[in-house]
Amino acid sequence: MSNDAIDPDRRTWIGIACGAGAIGTAFVAVPFVSSFAPSERAKAAGAAVEVDISALKPGQMQTVEWRGKPVWILKRTPEQLASLKKTGEQVADPKSQRNPGELTPEYARNEHRSRKPEILVAVGICSHLGCSPSAKLEAGAQPSLPDDWQGGFFCPCHGSTFDLAGRVFKNKPAPDNLEVPPHMYLSDSRLLIGEDKAA
Amino acid sequence: MADFKQAPAGASNADKLTLWTQNRFPTAFDAYRVHMSEYYAPKAQNIWYVFGALAILVLVMQIVTGIFLVMHYKPDASLAFASVEYIMRDVPWGWLVRYMHSTGASAFFIIVYLHMFRGLLYGSYRKPRELVWIFGVAIFLCLMGEAFMGYLLPWGQMSYWGAQVIINLFAAIPFVGPDLALLIRGDYVVGDATLNRFFAFHVIAIPLVLLGLVAAHIFALHDVGSNNPDGIEIKDHRDPKTGIPLDGIPFHPYYTVHDILAVSVFLIIFSAIIFFAPEMGGYFLEYNNFIPADPLKTPAHIAPVWYFTPYYSMLRATTDPMVNVFCAIVGLAALLAVWKGKLPGLAKVGVVIAAVVAIALLKTFDAKFWGVVVMGAAVMILFALPWLDRSPVKSIRYRPGWHKAVYGVFVVVFFILGWLGIETVSDGKTLMSQIGTVYYFGFFLLMPWWSQLGEFKPVPERVVFQAH
Repeated sequence: MSNDAIDPDRRTWIGIACGAGAIGTAFVAVPFVSSFAPSERAKAAGAAVEVDISALKPGQMQTVEWRGKPVWILKRTPEQLASLKKTGEQVADPKSQRNPGELTPEYARNEHRSRKPEILVAVGICSHLGCSPSAKLEAGAQPSLPDDWQGGFFCPCHGSTFDLAGRVFKNKPAPDNLEVPPHMYLSDSRLLIGEDKAA
Repeated sequence: MADFKQAPAGASNADKLTLWTQNRFPTAFDAYRVHMSEYYAPKAQNIWYVFGALAILVLVMQIVTGIFLVMHYKPDASLAFASVEYIMRDVPWGWLVRYMHSTGASAFFIIVYLHMFRGLLYGSYRKPRELVWIFGVAIFLCLMGEAFMGYLLPWGQMSYWGAQVIINLFAAIPFVGPDLALLIRGDYVVGDATLNRFFAFHVIAIPLVLLGLVAAHIFALHDVGSNNPDGIEIKDHRDPKTGIPLDGIPFHPYYTVHDILAVSVFLIIFSAIIFFAPEMGGYFLEYNNFIPADPLKTPAHIAPVWYFTPYYSMLRATTDPMVNVFCAIVGLAALLAVWKGKLPGLAKVGVVIAAVVAIALLKTFDAKFWGVVVMGAAVMILFALPWLDRSPVKSIRYRPGWHKAVYGVFVVVFFILGWLGIETVSDGKTLMSQIGTVYYFGFFLLMPWWSQLGEFKPVPERVVFQAH
């Protein structure tokens, strides 16, 4: 080590060199971090799915895959539809007002959260941490469920419950109702999930 | 550069070889002295001191078995599950290698939890060992990452839904969350892209960081010297001639022998588990993970592997009423600070403003986000431990009797939280986990206050040691 005085000019150049190196490193990091983003192939894989629902009887539920997620199609009985009146008081967001743009298309912002009153189309992924709730369509007291259960969905991961319109009950871990995907009826028996505008 | 030494006339071939190497690679010989033959550890270290060595053994075992598993495993969503079953059924001895690796993961956490608890008992994180502790907590974080990403690789139902839940934890972060989760998954759902990158992290990225941290942990420890059950510094009493601590004994051979005994006992237990209960009744390998991943159906009961369950319980405990409890606690703490605290007037105004802001934030964001914060904070709070503990003595031996009760309840609460994490939710259990969460955080956050209270016993000058 020399005992010479610090040469401020050299210090300046060292500072500039380090700064330039840091900027260069930041630029080089961009492609690496970007490579974490979904690939073009993953982005292209989100096509709409067409479903035949003619065989679906009242009270029955059908699950189809759309963008790697389960989509439920539930044909509700008149009693099940009537139960939504009772649960309206107990759910956190009965009128689907939270994040409506992402969760509930305009045509589903009603009590039954659907285009046709009896047919519920919802993404079966809990808005808490992404588990798929189990269908507990039978009304009445059951393990893990309240005694006045009207039928609905129960998430096994953290115990969130949803009514038969996919509306989350109050004071549950899940903050939001189940997502209603964009969908449209091509005919009475043909449902298109993933698109809601006539092409 | 050191001068070359000459072998004396008539030296044996072995001595000549040693000298030849010493002249060319003195670093290795210095390292042996510094870390083994002339590293003076306090005598009277008890059984709690074997877990560091055992952790190294398990680390080596995980690396070696991992290398052999990678030779047969396929990180592809359509092939992964079958390739693991192929290892289990068709690869000669593949089942043994895989069971060693899967049991090793649980063994690693058992050992590391005991190792950390030892630090808690004897104040091993206190000055001058703060960095040793911080490196250690960083190792713990890396292990959690390793365990989580490794668990996705078999691509079973628990792998898939476990990853789905944990990645969605990041999505709960306000504003950037959903994009961050997308960046982690590399797809809109957990899929092939996720599996591939987790594989890369699990087999190369995190292990490299882990090895660096383990080296830093050991070097920092050997710089400041090991603690002992009395929590006193052996360097305060040195031999006037040699400068060697009077209560220190060379790590090799005294502690290597001590550790070999521990290794033998450990391997007996470990082998028994591998051969007779590799799934450990669903705790080490969960039954649902023997079903291939199905993105359309969550298993009826999902729970993380046991070593994550205490933190998972705290996540589940954070419901809307719990957030209200947090608000009340923040409010009470601020009131207490204003009423009793010896603070200047301006600081009191600051406390009130901070409390109001904290309550506003608690009510603004979802309980879901605060659950994630609570879970993260439960681990991160460990980093602050060296500064939270203000006790005048390090070791539990010389603390007031009721401190032992506080620690005892902490251990019981940790176990109960762990048990609750594997159970299905019910109102009663949620309440239990909420009480447990409050105790867990109270233990740490109130430590600066309670760790100073009570009647402390006199600390001996030299380590307490009975020859046997």
